[in-house]
Amino acid sequence: MTKIIKISINGIPIEVEQGTTILDAARQAGVIIPSLCYHKDLCIAGNCRVCVVEIAGQKRLAAACATPCEEEMEILTNSLNVLHSRKQIIELLLSEHNADCTSCFKNGSCELQKLASDYKILKQDFIRLVPFKNYTIDKFSPSIIKDDSKCIRCQRCVRTCAELQGINALTVAYKGDQMKITTFFEKPINDVVCSTCGQCINHCPTGALVEKNYIEKVWDAIADKSKHVVVQTAPAVRVGLGEELGFGPGERVTGKMVTALKRLGFDAVMDTDFTADLTIMEEGTELLMRLKSVLVDHDPKVKLPMATSCSPGWIKYIEHLFPDYLDHLSTCKSPQQMFGALAKTYYAKARNLDPEKIISVSIMPCTAKKFEAARPEMHDSGYRDVDYVLTTRELAIMIKQAGLDFMKLDDTHFDRLMGESTGAGVIFGATGGVMEAALRTVYELVTGREIPFENLNITPVRGMEGVKEASVKIENPLKEWAFLDGVELKCAVAHGLVNAHKVMESIRSGKAEYHFVEIMACPGGCLGGGGQPIPTSPEIRKKRAEAIYAEDEGMPLRKSHQNPEIIKIYKDFLDHPLSEKSHHLLHTHYVPRERF
Amino acid sequence: MNPVSELIKNLADQHGRNRHNLLPILQGVVEQEKYLSEFSMIEIARELDLPASEVFGTATFYSFLEYKKMGKYIIRICKTITCSMKGKNQILMAIEDMLKIHVGETTPDGNFSLLQTNCLGFCHKAPAMLVNNEVYTDLTPEKVREILSSYLKKQKEEMV
Repeated sequence: MTKIIKISINGIPIEVEQGTTILDAARQAGVIIPSLCYHKDLCIAGNCRVCVVEIAGQKRLAAACATPCEEEMEILTNSLNVLHSRKQIIELLLSEHNADCTSCFKNGSCELQKLASDYKILKQDFIRLVPFKNYTIDKFSPSIIKDDSKCIRCQRCVRTCAELQGINALTVAYKGDQMKITTFFEKPINDVVCSTCGQCINHCPTGALVEKNYIEKVWDAIADKSKHVVVQTAPAVRVGLGEELGFGPGERVTGKMVTALKRLGFDAVMDTDFTADLTIMEEGTELLMRLKSVLVDHDPKVKLPMATSCSPGWIKYIEHLFPDYLDHLSTCKSPQQMFGALAKTYYAKARNLDPEKIISVSIMPCTAKKFEAARPEMHDSGYRDVDYVLTTRELAIMIKQAGLDFMKLDDTHFDRLMGESTGAGVIFGATGGVMEAALRTVYELVTGREIPFENLNITPVRGMEGVKEASVKIENPLKEWAFLDGVELKCAVAHGLVNAHKVMESIRSGKAEYHFVEIMACPGGCLGGGGQPIPTSPEIRKKRAEAIYAEDEGMPLRKSHQNPEIIKIYKDFLDHPLSEKSHHLLHTHYVPRERF
Repeated sequence: MNPVSELIKNLADQHGRNRHNLLPILQGVVEQEKYLSEFSMIEIARELDLPASEVFGTATFYSFLEYKKMGKYIIRICKTITCSMKGKNQILMAIEDMLKIHVGETTPDGNFSLLQTNCLGFCHKAPAMLVNNEVYTDLTPEKVREILSSYLKKQKEEMV
């Protein structure tokens, strides 16, 4: 049992568990200590010093985030000494920070700006160092912009890349006043091992790391009368967008979002959930085909486990770090790219539109999707399948720019043809969701019966544990799947690339005998994506996940193969899963990349 | 096999392949090659199964681990206050004049590089400098010319 100790904060006595940091204790006591380098997702660094506090009997101030409480400790969080020091620390940070706030993408959402505003830093006693330093701005990546002049070297990005993603694209280099956050040999982010997941952006307190934004381009496209602009929205956007526009975390704003998009002027507002359902049809069939090839035909060229391919951050990661395992990836494109390819073929044909005149925009919780859309493989419609990708945050900016009072908007339904979805499509936004959706459909396809979980909720693959395992035993299958009788389908689900690494290592070592693995690059799955509202913390991820599952349960249809528009697209256009046409439009290949 | 790769493999065999073995391996490469090239950092990362960025971060942190191409002889002149007060600038000018390079540069023949360093701990015998691992103290412009002449002579003899 943990020991409870007594401390006092600003004279108020409180009891905390031993080992609690002063910062956490203060938050429990309702006292806010400002912090910058501290982030709930990450290890403690204690380098920004903004959270300094006074401890009775100690001469020097202590960093609250890095100091554990001790018995009888008397802490002052806002003595004159602390206030002066904190102000000076902020001034020092600002002296090296390009505080050109009005022309910064993070204007209004920058943690440093907020501190400067809270503490009213009105004069600048320190020499402003920005003009004397030769800062670089890296704009080469289609996803990420890194501006060193705005970096305060709190190292949240470095810790994110190492601890959550295990990639270490970013590192601390040089020392003293030369110290900076950079990549291997200061190469552009686009040229190093980077998954473009954008978690660094989501964790950056300033404007040093931001997404490359395509807001202006999308406004231009909307204004161009000769263009037909279609937009798709990813499942995780509807549970995150509200946070940027006045709602609390975990608020579902699907209907308001659709209304907003229509008001912004998009010609058609459709749903990535539809292609998520389509992904399940294709990927589920692919899994069954693979199982048949391995179990019946013993084809050595066909690899198991099959890994999901929806997360472009994960795709780029495996291309870099496990290039010899690309055969394990499902050949299915991600729902975004399936939508893109269909928008300029199926949709164009059905609506009698010239595909050249269609601009396809997607709203994603993700920055890697920007990279994915720019991949040379993604031109199967004959055009660039997805023209512009906006993050959840960028959409929120557009809604604000358009002057929409989001909270007062009515609910609207997605447009037809590619706007209908099932609960299975919705849960793509949470870790374990693709697995759950696939199992719901695959099990029923094979046995003709619903998967034996209460209310279709496959709880073993839900939740925030890094690696989740589940198995489903197949009994009494339909005649054509007789070879699967008694087979225990073993699955694993991982989110956050550091967990992906664990799963890949256990596959490589031969320890794990999975049939199917789902991997999402970001912690929590897409709902914790690099393009989601900032901040994203473990609690917020949990709330967004609850919202996703609530949305699923509220849907009349919860299995992908029941989606009437899916049935229609196979009848009218694609014939059947893995048909020649779907191979051409909905499947892709992967390229091995350098690990170093 | 590339000689640098072979060197790195041998160093890793000798020191081990854990994260904490990185520093002796970096030092070993610098001792042989005078500097850590992009290629050698990648080879080290591969050998130790570390992210290349981490090797780069470590290499750039330490003053005596060079990451730019260096000459055969690296001259490091102490830039700290005692040496400065005892005439380090004249020494520096004498070297620059003799080798026709500035601080941070390498002679075109690739024999000498000129750098400044923090305190060498020879304040009592200032000004001081290092040529590779040799320490030279109580320097005067005359003395430094003599020292460099001996290196130049040695270099010429080796050429023949």
